[in-house]
Amino acid sequence: MTVHNLYLFDRNGVCLHYSEWHRKKQAGISQEEEFKLMKDGFVAFQTSRYKLHYYETPTGIKVVMNTDLGVGPIRDVLHHIYSALYVELVVKNPLCPLGQTVQSELFRSRLDSYIRSLPFFSARAG
Amino acid sequence: MSRQANRGTESKKMSSELFTLTYGALVTQLCKDYENDEDVNKQLDKMGYNIGVRLIEDFLARSNVGKCHDFRETADVIAKVAFKMYLGITPSITNWSPAGDEFSLIMENNPLVDFVELPDSHSSLIYSNLLCGVLRGALEMVQMAVEAKFVQDALKGDGVTEIRMRFIRRIEDNLPVGEE
Repeated sequence: MTVHNLYLFDRNGVCLHYSEWHRKKQAGISQEEEFKLMKDGFVAFQTSRYKLHYYETPTGIKVVMNTDLGVGPIRDVLHHIYSALYVELVVKNPLCPLGQTVQSELFRSRLDSYIRSLPFFSARAG
Repeated sequence: MSRQANRGTESKKMSSELFTLTYGALVTQLCKDYENDEDVNKQLDKMGYNIGVRLIEDFLARSNVGKCHDFRETADVIAKVAFKMYLGITPSITNWSPAGDEFSLIMENNPLVDFVELPDSHSSLIYSNLLCGVLRGALEMVQMAVEAKFVQDALKGDGVTEIRMRFIRRIEDNLPVGEE
């Protein structure tokens, strides 16, 4: 079981953050195009290769995580990413501007540690 | 530098006197900087707005409240959850307009104004105007354009403090929003 990648979008579709862990193959399109695909109208789905988990707040912040098929419902994980990481480290930091990609290294590293600590994340993909 | 990333739901207790005194120092400084009450009122509203656009995220993260279906639900959440969470008071909701687009928040006491007396030289100062900005900013982030204004103020001799909330319109997502 593993996590492939994670996107964080705001209400205007600006990609605030993107991280990947085990991305088995690139989609073959540029990263910008891929961001556009991701945010257009998906809720939750799975294919034969991966599962996409989606969480949206009333303020339009969207957390999108792609995992392999072995991972069950993870609303609480996505909520934690929003509340304990994004809100605590970005929103509450007046020096972090909103509406653009998060520059905070603390946010990036705390998010990375959190994902790696998840029970369904394994260091080896698959 | 160690920053707690998982304070979760534990509340940070802070002296309310410190909060009241800090707010008072802020208003006093603004009065010195701007010289006339109208400009101070505008600044307080602007600062409140900048607080509100961020505070809403903290509110959603901690309260787990979902999207409100109408303005009545919004009023309930503001008075019973948000005010309680941030100011420790629960204003009452009264005076709904027939169309359901306006209501009043009545506060018996206002923690911002403990120990405060308004001098005659500042009779048009809306001391707690920060609150109106916070409400406006927070609601804008959940797609609601509202107007919030004080219509009664205990600091000016009224029996209670009353904020009138008016729903203007729903905001569509593609409008750029940001800090003022």
